[in-house]
Amino acid sequence: MFEQQDPNQIQLNSEGQLKHFLTTEGLSRELLSEILDTADSFVDMSAQQVKKVPLLRGKTVVNLFFEASTRTASTFELAAKRLSADVLNLNISTSSTAKGETLRDTLMTMEAMHSDMFVVRHSDSGAQHYIAENVTPNVAVINAGDGRHAHPTQAMLDMLTIRQHKGDFSPLKVAIVGDILHSRVARSQIHALRTLGAAEVRVIAPHTLLPRHIEALGVQVYTDMKQGLKDVDVVMMLRLQRERMLSALLPSEAEFYKLYGLSEDKLQHAHPDAIVMHPGPINRGVEIESAVADGPRSLILNQVTNGIAVRMAVMSMSMSGQTTEAARRAEQHASRTE
Amino acid sequence: MNIKIQGGRVIDPASQLDQITDLYISDGKIAAIGQAPAGFNADQTIDASNQVVSPGLIDLCAHVREPGYTRKGNINTETAAAAAGGITTLCTPPNSKPIADTTAVVDLIQDRAREAGNARILPMGALTQGLAGEQLSPMHGLSQAGCIAFTNMRQPVKNSLVLTRCLEYAATHDLLVIFQAEDAGLAAGGAMHEDTTCTRLGLNGIPETAETIEVARCLLLIEQTGVRAHFGQLSCERSVKMVMDARDRGLQVTADIAIQNLLLTDENVNGFDPNFHLIPPLRSQLDRAGLRQALLSDGFQAICSDHQPHETAAKQAPFAATEPGMTGLETLLSLSLILVEQELISLPQMLSKLTCGPAEVLGIESGQIAEGMPADLCIFDPQAEWSLTPETSRSAGQNTPFMGHTLKGQVSHTLLDGEVVFRLG
Repeated sequence: MFEQQDPNQIQLNSEGQLKHFLTTEGLSRELLSEILDTADSFVDMSAQQVKKVPLLRGKTVVNLFFEASTRTASTFELAAKRLSADVLNLNISTSSTAKGETLRDTLMTMEAMHSDMFVVRHSDSGAQHYIAENVTPNVAVINAGDGRHAHPTQAMLDMLTIRQHKGDFSPLKVAIVGDILHSRVARSQIHALRTLGAAEVRVIAPHTLLPRHIEALGVQVYTDMKQGLKDVDVVMMLRLQRERMLSALLPSEAEFYKLYGLSEDKLQHAHPDAIVMHPGPINRGVEIESAVADGPRSLILNQVTNGIAVRMAVMSMSMSGQTTEAARRAEQHASRTE
Repeated sequence: MNIKIQGGRVIDPASQLDQITDLYISDGKIAAIGQAPAGFNADQTIDASNQVVSPGLIDLCAHVREPGYTRKGNINTETAAAAAGGITTLCTPPNSKPIADTTAVVDLIQDRAREAGNARILPMGALTQGLAGEQLSPMHGLSQAGCIAFTNMRQPVKNSLVLTRCLEYAATHDLLVIFQAEDAGLAAGGAMHEDTTCTRLGLNGIPETAETIEVARCLLLIEQTGVRAHFGQLSCERSVKMVMDARDRGLQVTADIAIQNLLLTDENVNGFDPNFHLIPPLRSQLDRAGLRQALLSDGFQAICSDHQPHETAAKQAPFAATEPGMTGLETLLSLSLILVEQELISLPQMLSKLTCGPAEVLGIESGQIAEGMPADLCIFDPQAEWSLTPETSRSAGQNTPFMGHTLKGQVSHTLLDGEVVFRLG
């Protein structure tokens, strides 16, 4: 009755290039690899004396954060500045919506300022899809996290970190541990890992923190840490929010830590070369032991550095995809009026 | 006023009449079928050739938003939409503002419906005061004022003793109780059916058990109290099986299904289109198959629109932040005809679910074409294509995923008490 088209196609222009970045789901392996390759080139650049390129010169990037964020917001800001864009940071969780302004009205206000790109974080799953569908053409939307749905730049910086340390994805066994239910990071990681060809993706959590039918996303479900971590090459921890204790999902932090906290002891079950990652901010003693977080296998700080490069990559690629599409539209318009 | 409806395919599911014939209407009632009564002079003749003449449709659940939510719609606009959809009788839920738990509100709704004159409104009263689930509403008085049934909608009656008392009291006065089964705890914060699509989209799910647990509780209390009971808008295969089992045990319980749950599934939510944000949610393919199968069995004798108009802004937000519900009065017939086209049921069977079926649920003498009955009629061309557009929509709400879709089955005339309340063009 309704043509089931892939809703994630909204991210691509007519030539299949990225024009928004909303989710890792439905993107090809080539495109994900292109993001990683582009990010790699920016990693090298960030180590140089002059850290700027003019790719977004003259463009205005608006960071619209409807939810609090420290590292994501600041790395997006830094990424935009290194691309020479003008950046406006709006922390909306404390401003307009508190006065009852709708997302649509906020959006229209920002558009009236002739922005070229919105970097958006929102607590509602699908908010960035809604924005991408409703923005004027030529404005790129980058998802900095929507509800429990997607956090694609986090997933891609994780992929970059894995690739830097492990190279090829195809032999890798990866475990994602913790609050899968509420995690947009986990969903984006799963899609990216599957597309990039990881041999096995596992999720490890108690049933209260696992969404229904998560196995349909192509993951193996484990409820026991030791079994789940056995022989894995990559351990990706998730942050556990304290309010989960209040909503009858877990009996106590202590019990969660005992069963699912990543300790040196549990890490013994993983492959000897296993790397440990965490999107931050970390809760020491809740989901990860300090010795592991600060230990030699931990890549938590590399992830932050890579975050800037990945965000530069998707921002420049999306802007370029928008420019290509705008040129094509202008061409079509010209041929019609001839 | 005498009207002759000429040459239409007259289908009356109640009497299993299905033939091309003429109808004669006099003084708002059906005077004769086939042969003109002696001395009948038509003041008006409606050519119904190549069209179906059916009893006016009866919709068991349609929100008209008045009083209290007139930014979304009002009795005038929504009954006009009903008339355009061939619907002559609609039951309205009690969640107006103020809530329909006093005779004043029930009187107001009926007065406004009479003034509008487009369709009959049969208000449902609140089962508990303020729908708060604590104190019985004055059901007897409300019924005297015109309430056709009582429901607490999806507002919880948490205390099972209170619910038992409600049902006992309704049974005392032989009043119909309608359940829209939902366990408040399990459904809390949910935006769609809890399954794979929900997991992928990262939305809060409404598990099947949110419905089935409440259906089970209600069935047990219906059995214990002997109340006349009906389930509105069931969405899960397991729920309909439980109702079937109860009927097999001899319980006289009935149920209806919203047309959208018979046609769509949770996969339609893919893409976050807020027009698919519905409560009860669109469920799995398995559930849809179960509901379609149920339609073929006794007890599942009504299809409803579950019409819920909204102002535009209510749907202009990310999926879960939008208000649930879709409009449906103008598309109920056309969408139900899809079930006929898909060869699930015959045209007369389908019409029974929109006419005598719901009339039987409510225990009213309506939904039939028979001599002496009020001339509530719907005349439609089952093959004619049309589409609902924002310009042509009579409902104040335009929130339906079917907006702009080409649909089959266009109503040409709707008659209420022998008066033409809708004419195409």
